Amino acid sequence: MVGELTWFRRLFGLWIPMAALFVFALFPFAWMAATSLKANAELYDPTSNPLWIKHPSLVHYIGLIRESNFFVWIGNTMLVALVATLISLLFGVMLAYPLARMRFPASGLLALSVGVAYLVPQTLLFVPMADLINRMRLGDSLNAVILTYPTLLVPFCAWLLIGYFKTVPKELEEAALIDGASRWRAMTRVILPLCTPGFLSAGIFAFTLAQNEFLYALLFLNSSSIRTVPVGVTGELIRGDAFYWGQLMAAAFLGSLPVVLIYSFFVRYYVAGLTAGSVKG
Amino acid sequence: MPSGRPFRVREWLEREAVFSWLMLTPPLLFLLAFLGYPFCYGVYLSFVKRNVAQSGTFVGLGNFVTLWNDPIFWQAAWNTFRFTAAATVLKLVGGLAMALVMHQNFRFKGAARALLLLPFIVPTVLSTVAWQWILDPGMGLFNRGLMFFGLVQQGPSWLGNPTLAMVSIILVNTWRGLPFFGITILAGLQTIPADLMESATIDGAGAWARFRHVTLPLLMPVIFVVTTFSIIFTFFDFQLVYVLTGGGPANSTHLMATYAYVISVTSGQMGLGSAAALAMVPVLGVILLLMSSYVRRD
Repeated sequence: MVGELTWFRRLFGLWIPMAALFVFALFPFAWMAATSLKANAELYDPTSNPLWIKHPSLVHYIGLIRESNFFVWIGNTMLVALVATLISLLFGVMLAYPLARMRFPASGLLALSVGVAYLVPQTLLFVPMADLINRMRLGDSLNAVILTYPTLLVPFCAWLLIGYFKTVPKELEEAALIDGASRWRAMTRVILPLCTPGFLSAGIFAFTLAQNEFLYALLFLNSSSIRTVPVGVTGELIRGDAFYWGQLMAAAFLGSLPVVLIYSFFVRYYVAGLTAGSVKG
Repeated sequence: MPSGRPFRVREWLEREAVFSWLMLTPPLLFLLAFLGYPFCYGVYLSFVKRNVAQSGTFVGLGNFVTLWNDPIFWQAAWNTFRFTAAATVLKLVGGLAMALVMHQNFRFKGAARALLLLPFIVPTVLSTVAWQWILDPGMGLFNRGLMFFGLVQQGPSWLGNPTLAMVSIILVNTWRGLPFFGITILAGLQTIPADLMESATIDGAGAWARFRHVTLPLLMPVIFVVTTFSIIFTFFDFQLVYVLTGGGPANSTHLMATYAYVISVTSGQMGLGSAAALAMVPVLGVILLLMSSYVRRD
């Protein structure tokens, strides 16, 4: 009797809602994959089952690779996201460490202004940013976005790392100083190594943000060979009003793979970064 | 020789304020150059009439007056408000439900969490292109599903009808953002001590009473933070609308961000576009203030 009740509750309280969540979250990916693997005859046949593949075909993937710079775009995206993330982590540490662990005048004001940076819309910044980029003669090069993405990522990294640095007891640092270490040594040899999970969290988070960025890439990357995946896909694969859905879905699927793979190795840190600020308060 | 100890660089470096400022200066200079300066310049531009390849002339509040009299700007503002409000409520309710479902013991919980977060990880532009195909009037998944179940003769034009286009952008934003709410609220749920629930059960509280009087109040801080974050990013959303509808049909899905972009880039009126973008800041500020005062009152 009790067993039956539990079984009933598990079904309606867990398995059915869980299945609904999975369908809701993942059906677009199934649809992407199914579309990309069908030749046009089957794809645009109204009598065929849209989610089933009768005759698998790689024709759209081959077309995508032959007719566009898709792999170049993927390489650009990864390069830009990686370099921007490393710069942001470095600057993030330099901001977060003093703000979290030192007492000095104006520290509260500085921490506040890092938070306020979230409230500035990118649409207000892009015209002046374009001016700045042109004056530095960085227009139409990957450097343009490598330099501008950290402005979006540094506040995130700093904010995440401030929370992380605060969790390390101050006594550790004091003990190192009493033992004769300089502040620099105490930081690099004692505190920072303890915060490796925090760096991984901030890093993977910044990376996913950077490879998702669209507006600056749209404005600053004009030549096909320096585009990132988002602007390459919207700028070149959508041709006028004619949509090549097979090729577009192949691009969407292939373009999502690298970040999903990287994410799958760091899920734990990603979730920790995602939830850090809100849960610790 | 002056009395006292000689000045030593090393000792000077060990002072907290000196060490701090040496660390802070390079990133602050970077942020001042690439965030502070563009911001000030953007604010300045919004008081200037400047078209492409022209030097600007100062027009005072002229750009804001132009926007005030521009019905499309008001429509974009109203759209932004509707879009943000509807998507935030849906994500919050859905995310809370997702967290409650996932806050049970079952196998492969970690894998389930990782998979359910995928919509939030995948580049927005790519998933939005997939949604455009899902919503395609002729061969899209939605309309073929509706026709398959005999619900309609001819599926609606999801992105061609003003109301349905608004529904569509809200749906896609919700799809993408719901896992963020779900996973964060789940993390909040996991911090609630189990014995608190047990004692409430012993005191005779039913499932709903436990949720209403124990779980929900303890979750409020987490809910407040995720909602604030989500409002900021939904309010500034650009790429979803840019890709899915381009603001159409007939401006019915233009958000303030996409409209500001169109004014600056498509029409080349950079001063006016900057003014439209700047106008978002106080509106968002008021929303966030209202929210925080509402939460403090509780």
